Parts: sequence; C-alpha cells; structure tokens
Amino acid sequence: MTRLPRPTHGLILLLIIALAVASAFPLVWMVLSSFKTPEESMQTPPVWIPGSLNLSAYGAVSEVIQAGRSLWNSAVIATVTTTGILVTSLMAGFAFAKYRFRGRNALFAVMIATMFLPPIVTLIPLYRMVSAMGFSASLVGVILPNLANAFGIFLMRQFIAGVPDDLIDAARVDGASELRVVFSVVAPAIVPAIAALALFAFVYHWNTYLWPLTVLQGASEDYPIVLSLGRLLSYNRGAMNTPLVMAGATMAVLPPLVLFVFLQRFFVDSMVSAAVKG
Amino acid sequence: MADVRLDKVSKSYGAAEVLKDIDLSIADGEFVVFVGPSGCGKSTLLRIIAGLEDLSGGDLLIGGRRVNDASPKERGIAMVFQSYALYPHRTVRGNMEFGLKLSRMSRAEIDARVMRAARMLQIEPLLERRPSQLSGGQRQRVAIGRAIVREPAVFLFDEPLSNLDAALRVDTRREIADLHRQLKTTMIYVTHDQVEAMTLADKIVVLHDGHVQQMGSPLDLYNAPANVFVAGFIGSPRMNLIAAEAGAERIETGVLGSLPLPEGGVPAGPLTLGIRPENLVLGAAGGAEAQVVLIEHLGDEILVELKLADGQQAVAKIAPGLSLTVGETVTVAPGDGPVHLFDAAGRRIAGPAAKS
Repeated sequence: MTRLPRPTHGLILLLIIALAVASAFPLVWMVLSSFKTPEESMQTPPVWIPGSLNLSAYGAVSEVIQAGRSLWNSAVIATVTTTGILVTSLMAGFAFAKYRFRGRNALFAVMIATMFLPPIVTLIPLYRMVSAMGFSASLVGVILPNLANAFGIFLMRQFIAGVPDDLIDAARVDGASELRVVFSVVAPAIVPAIAALALFAFVYHWNTYLWPLTVLQGASEDYPIVLSLGRLLSYNRGAMNTPLVMAGATMAVLPPLVLFVFLQRFFVDSMVSAAVKG
Repeated sequence: MADVRLDKVSKSYGAAEVLKDIDLSIADGEFVVFVGPSGCGKSTLLRIIAGLEDLSGGDLLIGGRRVNDASPKERGIAMVFQSYALYPHRTVRGNMEFGLKLSRMSRAEIDARVMRAARMLQIEPLLERRPSQLSGGQRQRVAIGRAIVREPAVFLFDEPLSNLDAALRVDTRREIADLHRQLKTTMIYVTHDQVEAMTLADKIVVLHDGHVQQMGSPLDLYNAPANVFVAGFIGSPRMNLIAAEAGAERIETGVLGSLPLPEGGVPAGPLTLGIRPENLVLGAAGGAEAQVVLIEHLGDEILVELKLADGQQAVAKIAPGLSLTVGETVTVAPGDGPVHLFDAAGRRIAGPAAKS
C-alpha cells in the first residue's frame, strides 16, 4: 500500500469523518427522537437527548398499525424476492458468461436495455398483467414480477466471466450437472459479488413503496412496513406525533441494518484474502 | 481400464477445421503423449476424448463403447488441468471427494479412496488445507489425487507441468511415470514439450495443422522421423535441415559436401537432408567451410551455431575441448551417424544414408 503524505492523509480523514457524520445524523436523530415524549419532540431549540428512555412510542406503534404483521410481510417480500433474484441471476448470468449460443449478444443487449426503463413506465402494464393472472391484492403479486432482474443478471455475468473455464470443466469431468456446476462450483467462487447483490436486492425490496402500494390495493393486512409507516404519519389527523413515526421508522430500518452488518464481513474478508493471495 | 479408439475424428469451429480425420488407437494401459506446437489441435483432441467438446465427425470409442454423445462422467475418465482447476473454496479433502460424493458413494469408501490416494501422493498432511495455502507443486499433486480417487479407465493430462518451475517439472514428470507404472491405467497426456513426450510416452502422437504427422515409440520418432516437421520437432537442439539435390550417383549439398546415395537410390531432384547436431563434425579435414556465429557452453557439451557457405544456419553439438571463437571459420562435415533424407514434399525417403 502506498502511504500518502501526512497532510493529505489528515485531510482525507477529515473529509471521511464529515461524510460519516452527515450520513449518520438523520439516523441518529431518528433513533433519539423515538425515545422522546411528544412535548420534547416539538420544542425549539430542539432537545437533542431525551430526558428519559421513554419507550411508550414503541408501544403506541402497535396500537395504530399491525407492526409485527407488517414487518413479517416486508421480510417475506424482501427475502423471497432476493432469493429469487439470486437464483435467476446466477443461472442466467452463467449462461450469458459461459455458453456459446446463437443470439447471445442480442439477447443480452435487449436485457440490458430494460435497465434503462424507469420503473414508473412499466408500473401500470405490469400491474395489469399481475391482475390478469389473479394476483392483485396479494403478496404473490408483489413478489412475482421481481424474481428476476436485469441488473442482477448483468452483475453475475460479469463476475462469472472471471471464473476460469477449467474450473467448470473440472466439475463437469467430476460428474457435476450444469445446475450443480452453477451452485456448487461457480457460486462459491464469487461469494462477495453474491453478497453485494443480496444486500442491494434485500434493501431495495424492503424499502420499495410504489409497487406494493399499487398491487395491494389497500389490503392493509398484507402491507409491508414502509406502507404501514404512512398510516403512522396520517394518524392524529395532521398533528404529527414525531416519536411515534420515528419509533416506527426505527423498527423498519433495523432488519436491513442487521443484514448489512452480517454481510459486510464478506466484503471485508474477500478484500483481505485477495490482497494476501495477490 | 480401457482402450481408446478414434475413428476419422474431425472438429470444426464454423468454417475453421481444427482436426481432420484423426485415426488413432490407444491400447489398454498405454501411455500416449500428444505433442505439437500450440494451435495444432492437441488440446482440442484431448477435450473431445474428455467429452468437453463435441466432435464434428467420426467416432470415439472408450473400452469398445461408442461415447460420442456421452457426458464426461459417463466416459469413465478423469482429467488433470494445466491450471490445476482446484475448487478454491474446498479443502484438499473436499476437492478429492467432490466427484465421489456426486456419484453417491458410501462415506467409508470415499474416505478409504481419499486416504489411499493421499498416501500415494504424500499429501496426507495437507488434506484439511485449502488450495490457496498450497505451493504449485502441491496443488498439482492434489489435482492428480482428485483424478486418482475416481479410479478412471483413462487418465487425461492437459499440459500438467507447464505451470511448474524447471526443477519441480522434472520431479513431477518422474512421479507421473511412477504413477503409470503403479496404476497401469491408460493415460493420454498433452504437451508442447518434446522432452516430456520423449521421457514419458510409450507412444507419441505428433500433431500439426490438425493432422497426425506421425505416431510411434519415442525412439522410432527420433530415429526415423516420417517427415520434415517431425524431424524438426523431435530432438533438442532441433535437427539441421539442409537443402540438397539428388544426382545420379551422389547427393550434393553444396554446403556440406556430397554424400553417397542410400541403398535403393532416390529419384533425382531436390530433397532435404536432415542431420542431427550431434552428427556434425567440426574441424575435420575435407569438410566444407562455415562461420561460427554463436557458442553455447553447456558444460558437458558445446552447442555451436554455424553459418554455412550459402547463409543457411546449422547447429553442431560437440564435446568440450575444442577451442573456438565467434567469427572464426571452421570446417564442418557430416559424422558417421545416420543422415535423414526427405523428398521435395517433405516426406521421409526410406533408409538413412550413412556417410562413406
């Protein structure tokens, strides 16, 4: 590693700290506010640290929305969608990276082109398709169209292209089926990329708002947590109860955060081992 | 254990024909080496036998069974790759077990086979390590171990020593020879290194431009190369190939004097004379004149590169002792050893002509 001169080093460090503080601030404010009393949350100048660890907002959340049910719905949507994306992306990415077939490049180009369509453009046609299949107002409808996505396939193809052909041939000689090759030999060789894709997909589909809102058609028992949060906002008819909303938001943020902390070590691990192996 | 037969095997990629009507028969237990320059189709041929490439025409039989359309695992083969191709996320044991687990072998049998192979290759202490923790030589042993545990009917080696350093290459070469003696399994080995081919093979198959140029025992190929290509490819330093002209009574070279016609004679006309470097004599009376261009002292022998009268290059391998300097003019003449003759098309003309 090249050592930067000290002044530059310090400057970069300052910049990183500033960025970290700026991005962490809303999160910290959210968590702190969830512990405040409604009065504390309204004061000017603002109260930073709540006077006591007041958990009543968390209790109130469950009186307004079915928090447990909503979190479960979010977990189902995000987990099933992410799993689907991983499976389809690995298989399609493998085919694009390692198979020679007529029309491969054209097909790949068409698929990439879909990445440039704003999701809003496909919202209504997609809804009509899902609805025609009889899946509107259900979690199946929310999940089904997202089980494969172009970005995932693109990402997996790029990484699988770097897996040596000999490794794949060795597995074939060892008697592995093509599916076995993909999941037992190729996948373990690109774990960091899979972890990254899993994280992106999970967070995206945990947070997605417009699509479930469209599909679920007010079937609030199937709402994921982000949709239910909206009901916290409108509770009290406009007089916003900040601690209540912040408590709900904190609950909504926690699962992806935990997942990130868990998956993070894959990125760090892979970077360290790459550095050692050279 | 199985024999392998190729019957008019061909392979094309689009319009490019890589292998053309290859006929080959490999006996059970034989060690056959495919050798040739890069791009000659030798690796493609091996991959066809492995089932990793489809053949475009002809038949492939392993153990008498036609396996044109069989998957690699149905062919009873195991392969060792140049890049080792070990599964990086599995331990040495995991690498060796993978194929056995896939064939749903019992745990006890898997363990027994892995231990037997590990002992044979002396990699028992490495079983729980990962490939990234092994040296190149150790990785190659594991790759061989992974092939052994499957107890295949045919072993395929694709340039297995190319990634090893020189000393290790010699050791591993000997181990592969030992392995063949112990297992007595059919082995097919691809290399571009003619020394590996000479030392390992029962039978060498020389490939060039998608054709079999010659097959035979190492000494057959060395002593009686079928054509100019094989003559130049087998032997190091390579055979000197010198343009000559067959006359009514003698063969005239212009630059190395003249030689008597071999028994039976040769048709008059242009031909190519092949003389191995060890069969060129320097400083002899009555030889042709040549200029010394380069001298390489190898200790036990000296390689002398010469520029002949008409500008052709030739190499002589001589015993140490003769003192030469670059730029000096020496006399050069064929020795008493065999001289090879090739016709205008490059094909061997029977019977090496001896000097007299």
